[in-house]
Amino acid sequence: MEAAAARPQRQLVRLRGRSYVAFVFVPTVPIVDWLQEIDATIARSPGFFVGRPVVVDLSSVDLSQSGITHLLASLQERNIRVLGVEGVEEARLTPAMPPLLTGGRACAIEQNAPKKPAAKIDLKPTSLLLEHPVRSGQTVIFPEGDVTILGSVGSGAEVVAGGSIHVYGALRGRAMAGVNGHSSARIYCQKIEAELLAIDGFYQTADDIDAALRGKPAQAWLQGNTMRITALN
Amino acid sequence: MSKVLVVTSGKGGVGKTTTTAALGAALAQRGDKVVVVDFDVGLRNLDLVMGAERRVVFDLINVVQGVAKLPQALIRDKRLENLWLLPASQTRDKDALTEEGVGSVISDLRSRFDWVICDSPAGIERGASMAMRFADEAVIVTNPEVSSVRDSDRIIGMLDSKTVRAERGERVEKHILITRYDPARASRGEMLTIDDILEILATPLLGIIPESQDVLKASNVGTPVTLSNADGAPARAYMDAAKRLCGENIRMSVPSEKKGFMDRLLRRRAA
Repeated sequence: MEAAAARPQRQLVRLRGRSYVAFVFVPTVPIVDWLQEIDATIARSPGFFVGRPVVVDLSSVDLSQSGITHLLASLQERNIRVLGVEGVEEARLTPAMPPLLTGGRACAIEQNAPKKPAAKIDLKPTSLLLEHPVRSGQTVIFPEGDVTILGSVGSGAEVVAGGSIHVYGALRGRAMAGVNGHSSARIYCQKIEAELLAIDGFYQTADDIDAALRGKPAQAWLQGNTMRITALN
Repeated sequence: MSKVLVVTSGKGGVGKTTTTAALGAALAQRGDKVVVVDFDVGLRNLDLVMGAERRVVFDLINVVQGVAKLPQALIRDKRLENLWLLPASQTRDKDALTEEGVGSVISDLRSRFDWVICDSPAGIERGASMAMRFADEAVIVTNPEVSSVRDSDRIIGMLDSKTVRAERGERVEKHILITRYDPARASRGEMLTIDDILEILATPLLGIIPESQDVLKASNVGTPVTLSNADGAPARAYMDAAKRLCGENIRMSVPSEKKGFMDRLLRRRAA
């Protein structure tokens, strides 16, 4: 009677169901190599696993209890918090380990916010844009890809690109495209007065360039082992 | 409003010193307080062109090294009281120019003058790079010939990368001054045309100074060409250039020699 008076309002315990998407890790043997793969992912995009629920699926490996302990500890070291384990008999898990999960369904992981900075780090710029003329004596070197110049390349200037070179102006200096063995690179310019053109090591000097093309829009490309220079338009 | 202007070109013999003296005198005639500074250490000439060679006591290097004070080295022009000269040393070389020293001299000059005009030596080495280092504006002197134009292009590239302003992400305002231009020869295709030059250099034009006997005559008597024969074609062209430097909008033209009635008569006879 007294006890009932002491707690007049009983709190009802309500149980609700909710589903979450978790990353499922499927370790493979050898575990050391698999962990290196995880490390590589973290190196590429730090924070990729931060705050992500992670489930470890042990169905493709046969680990003893100490093996599982070691694996979970290794993930802990990498700041990966394991929410649950699946694909293993319950007997192999100790009470200190995350609980056994069953009945998970596969679903697509939405690539949202944390993925974006990762993409940025992955993508190095593959083109270089210069909005000013390249003056005599200046050198532009961009082995990563294409170079676009809004302006002229002065006599005695040098442009070196891993990819193609685009000059929206007169090309009076030297242009070397495809320097890393990229033979499909091309050189385009609005006015060809170049001192030297080179693609993947094959070159022509001003003397070799057809006089009829001088001062006209032109492109240079490689046809097998010969450089071809033709009018553009 | 104090401005540091460098007169440069890369190539030698195109008229940097003549231009420095002429623009300096033209700006001083307009009432601005002007100093012309010779950076051609070891091969000084500005003192001769300004007619001050017999009054040089101390020079730029003495001031840079702290041997003399700036007012001791400045020489006032005898014709224009607003015009001053800071001569270069003839006995030293360009390595004597230190960046800190030049910087402190330039900032001192800035506080005393409206215009600090630096006459750059030819080349792209220490002398030239020190002359342009602290500039706000640059006049690039170019002759209508390919080698001069290419050297000017090189210098423009340096102005865009090696100056204090460029390193701070600001721009040095650049102007092309075409000297020794002969319209008759250009029209016959013996010289690059103005359009050719501007197309290559992609920089605004400050003025066109015609080829003239006046220029050599003026240097030899030690007078800036704008003072020696103020009515002559080069003097008028330099005056117009100075006005444009001050922001006035003057129509671009190539001044020609004024021909009197007798000149025309004689010329026809000679032809």
